[in-house]
Amino acid sequence: MATTTEVAEAMYAMVKEYHGKKNLKALDLRKAMIEKFGDDNCDKKICKGAIRELIDSGKCTYSYVGGSYIVLPPEA
Amino acid sequence: MAEKLRATPLLDELEKGPWPSFVTEMKKSAAKNPMANDQLGILEHSYRDKIGHWKHGGLVGVMGYGGGVIGRYSDLPEEYPECAEFHTIRVNQPAGWFYTSDVLRKLCDVWEKHGSGLTNMHGSTGDIILLGAKTEALEPVFSDLTEMGFDLGGSGSDVRTPSCCCGESRCEWACYDTMKFTHELTQHFQDELHRPAFPYKFKFKMAGCPNDCVASVARSDMSIIGTWRDNIQIDQKEVAAYVKNGLDIDADVTSRCPTGCIKWDGKALQIDNTNCVKCMHCINTMPKGLAPGKDRGATILLGAKAPIIGGALLASVLVPFYDMEDAEDIYELAEEIWDVWGEHGMNRERVGEFIQRIGLGNFLEQIGLEPEPEMVMHPRTNPYIFFELDEEG
Repeated sequence: MATTTEVAEAMYAMVKEYHGKKNLKALDLRKAMIEKFGDDNCDKKICKGAIRELIDSGKCTYSYVGGSYIVLPPEA
Repeated sequence: MAEKLRATPLLDELEKGPWPSFVTEMKKSAAKNPMANDQLGILEHSYRDKIGHWKHGGLVGVMGYGGGVIGRYSDLPEEYPECAEFHTIRVNQPAGWFYTSDVLRKLCDVWEKHGSGLTNMHGSTGDIILLGAKTEALEPVFSDLTEMGFDLGGSGSDVRTPSCCCGESRCEWACYDTMKFTHELTQHFQDELHRPAFPYKFKFKMAGCPNDCVASVARSDMSIIGTWRDNIQIDQKEVAAYVKNGLDIDADVTSRCPTGCIKWDGKALQIDNTNCVKCMHCINTMPKGLAPGKDRGATILLGAKAPIIGGALLASVLVPFYDMEDAEDIYELAEEIWDVWGEHGMNRERVGEFIQRIGLGNFLEQIGLEPEPEMVMHPRTNPYIFFELDEEG
């Protein structure tokens, strides 16, 4: 099973990659991580924990643009 | 202290007449608070221009939370600098909206210290709404609120702050303890409330009886409305007393029954409970003579919404009767729904719209519920409840 931190790092890389191109929702990240790590190694609970880690650490933040998205903070 | 009140000739019109006026209240705040004064000015400006001068959204919030703060910015920052940033803070209200006056005073003190002092008690979600904070004030407000025991509510694509009627605390019709259930539901779904992860908002509203004082059938994605499945309790002596004291029972009760299931023969009231749609009219009219049955629980309905992106929807019955003994079942049901809606729902598509798009049959199959004939669209006009306990009881 992947750790929450490993998934958080992969999510962060994805948010960085898409920064300025496409806003990603929590569910987009979850789907991508389950695809990346596989069903057996990653699930909803780990993804929830990973998002919490990203937000609590300040590496990502929530943005509202007609819906809620996970983005890089303004100074990044 | 504001230097000079903004001129508001159009808003002043709204102070005329014998009614309370929000303009009068705003002026009281404006006299003490420059933000409220500029807000008064920009509102007058909007009335004059016939357009709003606010844009909302963006990156504002408190650390760790994705909801609870709605960013609002004026498009006239030079003219009204004090409300260039005028963010809204949603505060999770206590279940049933019970406060002590001491808490309300402290809440207002916090808000006058950090924000405009203007509040909306309460918003349509049920939250305490604090109107008008600058970005720099958000964390200090949050800190003071948490010190008082308050938390932020929901906003954006998350579980919105669950709300309920006062239930058993004050109402004899309550068929379950709405306040206890709402408090526990709120605690259980803290992650979903503070960290948006859905295609769009999801609202829970809990009503203790079919009077539905919180309008859950119209205003929430999941409505949990108290009901009963045995017979309405009748005290014939009290019913007779109503008649003796002047109630025109034919005109005011029996002829108003939507399914005609209630009859008065001059001596006794008879109710065909199999055709009762739980409209509550007879019970509301003769509260001493009638009461909900004793076998109480709730009906769970799904899919209501007010018109924003699409038109308004009323909720449809999903679970005809649940005894409300184990909240875990409802949590699991909600999570099943979120999984399917999250996977296949479109951006800004409410769960009711999603069900309309994919069809109820497909939706039920996906969430693992067997279709039942009681899953009707309009419970108020359909005596769908033909409860029969299974053989095991």
